Amino acid sequence: MTRKRVHLAAHFPGVNNTTVWTDPRSGSQIDFASFVHLARTAERGKLDFLFLAEGLRLRELKGRVHDLDVVGRPESLTVLSALAAVTDRLGLAGTVNTTYNEPYELARRLSTLDHLSDGRAAWNVVTTSDAFTGENFRRGGYLDRADRYERAAEFVRLSRELWDSWRPDAVAADRETGTFVRPGAIGDVGHRGAHFSVEGRFTLPRSPQGHPVVIQAGDSDEGREFAAAHADVIFTPHGRLEDGRRFYADVKRRLARYGREPHQLKIMPGVTFALGDTDEEAAENAAAIRRQQVGPRTAIAFLEQVWGRDMSAYDPEGPLPDIEPDPAEGVSQGRVPIKDRAAVAAKWRALAGEKGLSIRELVIEVTGRQTFVGTPGSVARQIDEHVQADAADGFILVPHLTPGGLDEFVDRVVPLLRERGVFRADYTGATLRDHLELT
Amino acid sequence: MTLHLAVALDGAGWHPAAWRETSADVFSARHWAALVTEAERGLLDFVTIEDALGPQSTLPDGLDERTDQVRGRFDAVLLAARLAPLTSRIGLVPTATTTHTEPFHVAVGIATLDHVSGGRAGWRAQISARASEARHFGRRRFPPLDPGARDLAADPHVRDLFAEAADAVEVARRLWDSWEDDAEIRDVATGRFIDRDKLHYADFAGRFFSVKGPSITPRPPQGQPVVTALAHARLPYEFAAGSADVVYVTPHSDEQARAVVEEVRALSGEIKIFADLVVFLGEDAARRKARLDELDGAELASDAAIFTGTVRELADVLLEWRRAGVQGFRLRPGVLPYDLERITRGLTAELRGHGVFRRAYEATTLRGLLGLPRPASRYAEVS
Repeated sequence: MTRKRVHLAAHFPGVNNTTVWTDPRSGSQIDFASFVHLARTAERGKLDFLFLAEGLRLRELKGRVHDLDVVGRPESLTVLSALAAVTDRLGLAGTVNTTYNEPYELARRLSTLDHLSDGRAAWNVVTTSDAFTGENFRRGGYLDRADRYERAAEFVRLSRELWDSWRPDAVAADRETGTFVRPGAIGDVGHRGAHFSVEGRFTLPRSPQGHPVVIQAGDSDEGREFAAAHADVIFTPHGRLEDGRRFYADVKRRLARYGREPHQLKIMPGVTFALGDTDEEAAENAAAIRRQQVGPRTAIAFLEQVWGRDMSAYDPEGPLPDIEPDPAEGVSQGRVPIKDRAAVAAKWRALAGEKGLSIRELVIEVTGRQTFVGTPGSVARQIDEHVQADAADGFILVPHLTPGGLDEFVDRVVPLLRERGVFRADYTGATLRDHLELT
Repeated sequence: MTLHLAVALDGAGWHPAAWRETSADVFSARHWAALVTEAERGLLDFVTIEDALGPQSTLPDGLDERTDQVRGRFDAVLLAARLAPLTSRIGLVPTATTTHTEPFHVAVGIATLDHVSGGRAGWRAQISARASEARHFGRRRFPPLDPGARDLAADPHVRDLFAEAADAVEVARRLWDSWEDDAEIRDVATGRFIDRDKLHYADFAGRFFSVKGPSITPRPPQGQPVVTALAHARLPYEFAAGSADVVYVTPHSDEQARAVVEEVRALSGEIKIFADLVVFLGEDAARRKARLDELDGAELASDAAIFTGTVRELADVLLEWRRAGVQGFRLRPGVLPYDLERITRGLTAELRGHGVFRRAYEATTLRGLLGLPRPASRYAEVS
């Protein structure tokens, strides 16, 4: 049996504590040069795509802007369009919310990016929507979970209708006959649904990919169903081997219901990594990075999100407090809410007691995600094994440093994946759909 | 004092039959890259990029079903961003509509364009009054535009759209200022990345929308990217005077230029007044335009004055209007790249001969080229 090929993408370091800004090597999160550095590094490694996250309101804790993590980022599609000018093959994926956008405008922006990048655009469809974020938008307000996905599904269907509305040969530009667009080649769009009503004609020819690649990042049952129906790629937190295999099997199984084949949806968990010349050195590096990611005040801030009250008087290097979480409204805004805070607190307390962990050690333990730790050879082997074991089709790599955090991975791990015969030596196609084998 | 010179880019040029006389592929990045690099070689202040939230039409509202003219356009903000890394000095001023868009997204998009271009972003703020475009959004029902109406200000629908546009620009300006320049402190000792006392809520609440803020994007390099507007009548003059840094006006003679300047100046002592002209340049300009008119089946009509002639003759017109108080010009080339190249390679030299045009870029930001200072954030405490 042939080995599955590994897909890899690079996540521009974001505005949570995964990104370490206290390191002297940490560069600007907003200068275009940082984006160029990461994009060119990813392209040098022949990665599938660069991924940008989104947040439409600055996160707040206890009613004030959270100041412990990196804050501030650009508008995704605008930066990606600029990056299209300095890269040739790398896919360009932007996260854009369906709740605070309108299909005609966003479909047009995504089509523009696909044209201007010669077929490298991807859209990570998110539905994050709460009254807090809504305060920045005309639409305002809150949508409940079921409505959010219903709206997102209608949004994606309508976008694809708009992208398909110009026949592939619509633009004749025949100077002899004077025909710019072929008669009847631009279709009318008439859509009336629960969330949108759009009537008229689209303003762009069909783009190089036809449909920009659609990524989905939700994890709920509705999110998985949405992905099975509409997405080309899933960006998931399920990076650990057994957990990943369960998730992979569950989502791939859902595809048949929509008449889709397993290879038409690529599952790519977000993962971090820590390298070293020996396994011991890599483990030390990994531990040091975790301590940088969870500083004393960050540890307390995590505790406050669960306990829902001010905990600044507690010593982060000391034991967990005896008090119970405040059952009233939480103190954190602009993050995915923690569902049952009392249960999370109980679990944390049990774990801290069992292992004798301080507050900070506990937060380091419970907030980590899948990390590939080891020598370059070991990390290449682990990645390959995860993919061959059907725990993933590949990974979205989340470096902890901007903008140089991917350099060592590309220089030392990618060549070994190539030696294993599971990663491309060069791009074989022009479009992101080609890289992702989505044909 | 230097005369400011911009070009307005749209499709294959401003004549609807222009595409038939050029090899331009308006849906390729290469076409636009060639135009903007040519404009930069000519040391122009900036380029504008046209846009709308619906296909082009010869009708004031709705589709005309014509197949012999360019139809389709890129999103102008993304196109400007695509061009930013290919240039280093010229300003990039995309059109973005204020009517159906989210003011927060537009503000952050323009701020991002300013970041990726190193301080060369502008925004041409434009309303969309067309009922056909409103139907692309399905949120509001607009009355059909009356092409016979002369007095915009008498139409409450249009008045509202301009009031909304003014609110959208106000929101953008507050969001651009919502991060003070020194908000990012990266203080390792206290673990604080930002000084949150230097981040501010925009707290805008108006008739059409409310926006809380602060921006998700740090303050753009120019502080305030340059806001521009096209205006033909009293109501848009008032919008421009209250909201914009640059206004494009459309006089058809030097007398009209004098009158428009007087009217706008009475509304704002600060705003930069640019005049728009559609230009066909060269010894054979009139013949070229006539040939295009024939191909299109109609004589070219425009809101702006249409000039045909040599660059020397055009320079004389610009100098005459300059004496009427016009500070700059936004030229709309009839055919691209042909008429653009006459501007960058001929007109600029002609103007330089009169001592009114730059020999090298004197600034790295668009505000710098326009002689606009970089403003402090409105929220910064004066110490």
